Amino acid sequence: MNQLTNFTKGFFRENPILVLLLGNCPTLAVTSSAINGLGMGLATTFVLFMSNVFISAVRNFVPDKVRIPAFVVIIASFVTIVDLLMQAYTPALSKQLGIFIPLIVVNCIILGRAEAFAMKNSIYSSFIDGLGMGLGFTMALVIIGSIREMLGTGSLFGYKFIAENADGILIFILAPGAFITLGFLIALLKRLQKTSK
Amino acid sequence: MEYVIIIISAIFVNNIVLAQFLGICPFLGVSTKIETAMGMGASVIFVMTLATLVTFLVQQYVLAPLNLAFLQTISFILIIAALVQMLEIILKKVSPSLYQALGIYLPLITTNCAVLGVALLVIKKDYNLMESVVFTIATAVGFALALVIFSGIREQLALAEVPKGMKGIPIALITTGILAMAFMGFSGMV
Amino acid sequence: MAKKESSFKNMTIALCVITCTAGLALAAVYNVTVEPIALSQKAKINDAIRTVVPDFDTISDTILIPEDGPDSIIVHRLKKGGEPAGSAIETYTYKGFSGNFTLMVGFLPDGSINNIEVLEHKETPGLGTKMTTPNFKNQFKGIKVSETKGGVLKVKKDGGTIDAITAATISSRAFCDAVNRADAINRKGGIQ
Repeated sequence: MNQLTNFTKGFFRENPILVLLLGNCPTLAVTSSAINGLGMGLATTFVLFMSNVFISAVRNFVPDKVRIPAFVVIIASFVTIVDLLMQAYTPALSKQLGIFIPLIVVNCIILGRAEAFAMKNSIYSSFIDGLGMGLGFTMALVIIGSIREMLGTGSLFGYKFIAENADGILIFILAPGAFITLGFLIALLKRLQKTSK
Repeated sequence: MEYVIIIISAIFVNNIVLAQFLGICPFLGVSTKIETAMGMGASVIFVMTLATLVTFLVQQYVLAPLNLAFLQTISFILIIAALVQMLEIILKKVSPSLYQALGIYLPLITTNCAVLGVALLVIKKDYNLMESVVFTIATAVGFALALVIFSGIREQLALAEVPKGMKGIPIALITTGILAMAFMGFSGMV
Repeated sequence: MAKKESSFKNMTIALCVITCTAGLALAAVYNVTVEPIALSQKAKINDAIRTVVPDFDTISDTILIPEDGPDSIIVHRLKKGGEPAGSAIETYTYKGFSGNFTLMVGFLPDGSINNIEVLEHKETPGLGTKMTTPNFKNQFKGIKVSETKGGVLKVKKDGGTIDAITAATISSRAFCDAVNRADAINRKGGIQ
């Protein structure tokens, strides 16, 4: 496929969260606000395209039997790098995202793309794939985060648009709201994809 | 008494799936039948406990004294991957039927965010060894509990009249949301 | 290009190379970031001190008061122009709804509370988190705990004077607990 298709497939057709249903754990946990969703998405995107690139680079040197441990080491290294950089330069966001940053290492999206794509494609294609999938993931996180933040607190990216002391529908920034919002969003996307066919 | 609070908190109040969002992938993937759910739940209890035990000891006796805390993520995930691999080999020999039943889900325990998540949480909460073990077993029981309850509901859902667009994952997620709401009722117990 | 076969030698070499490279890369990044991380943590404390007692020019000393549990109270004594300007005390409570949380309480030289800043907490969003809002915190301004009914701060439900946050009584009580703890230390240690 050409690189444009490669890049854009991560946004709708093969969106990691909404279509492939991968990476649910961080999705539900960090989308209580739009900015957290954005931060997590960008951190994951970085890990995704970096590990895709490196895994693609070593794909012909790593014997098949040890590929999973090799991938894990590469992915975990980039996760640690992102973790350290965030603690140093964006400490507030790092605190907000908490253990979900190290948990990027078990985000099925990354290992999934490594197996499905980076193992079999060139470095450049893998980079584009990682970038596209990561940004698609980020987009979904920001959408879910925005919905939950708007309904739950009446603000968006921190800017409150209802009265100062008023509350939103609290349930949306709590656990149940995460599940419910994601459920409806997946159903909505399925419907949109059906009508566009 | 402390231990009772840890146990109740881990199973009900801060249920790993319904309140902390860890372990969702297997939760949605394995919960279609009660038997598979129970098998998965049991395996997770075993792997989680063993993994946390080992990672705790590694943190305490290797990483912390040598100032290698930044290697935590990478060492923990490698330990978990190794343990799951070992479990696979052992199961294949000792109980081939269970090995078959779990199929692909067994290696997937490695990427189960709950296992790594609990290993990290225990360090963050600064528990001692005994408290960590109790917390981990209780958390795993909470996971198994949520999984089994949910699979029971899903078996019923499969027979109910769900609008076509909602069938499958959407209705499963919304049901989980309602289940999470129910579990919220436990907060305030501790 | 043919894939390398999974011989023992190849597997070991591949894994060793990858792991060593990873280890070195991580050590490098760690060295680069260790200082900024330490600095940002220090900055957070200094910012909190500045927020709760804005009017000082030096921190004359910092005392660590160990307590029974894993947490301790940290007292920062402040001076302005050589004269005591109050103190900023880091305190904690275990009675939070979702576990412990920590506060920075600023006291003026006369022992009254100037301002409070929540340092770290895990309270429920929309409920307990309201304890970080001025609406709740401002009730504590100017209070001398020793002069309140009973000598400790309590929520109205418990016979005290503090208005608890609706549906977050536990968080509000825990907040008072932390402030009381800081005040007790402040009165004992005193301001120079």
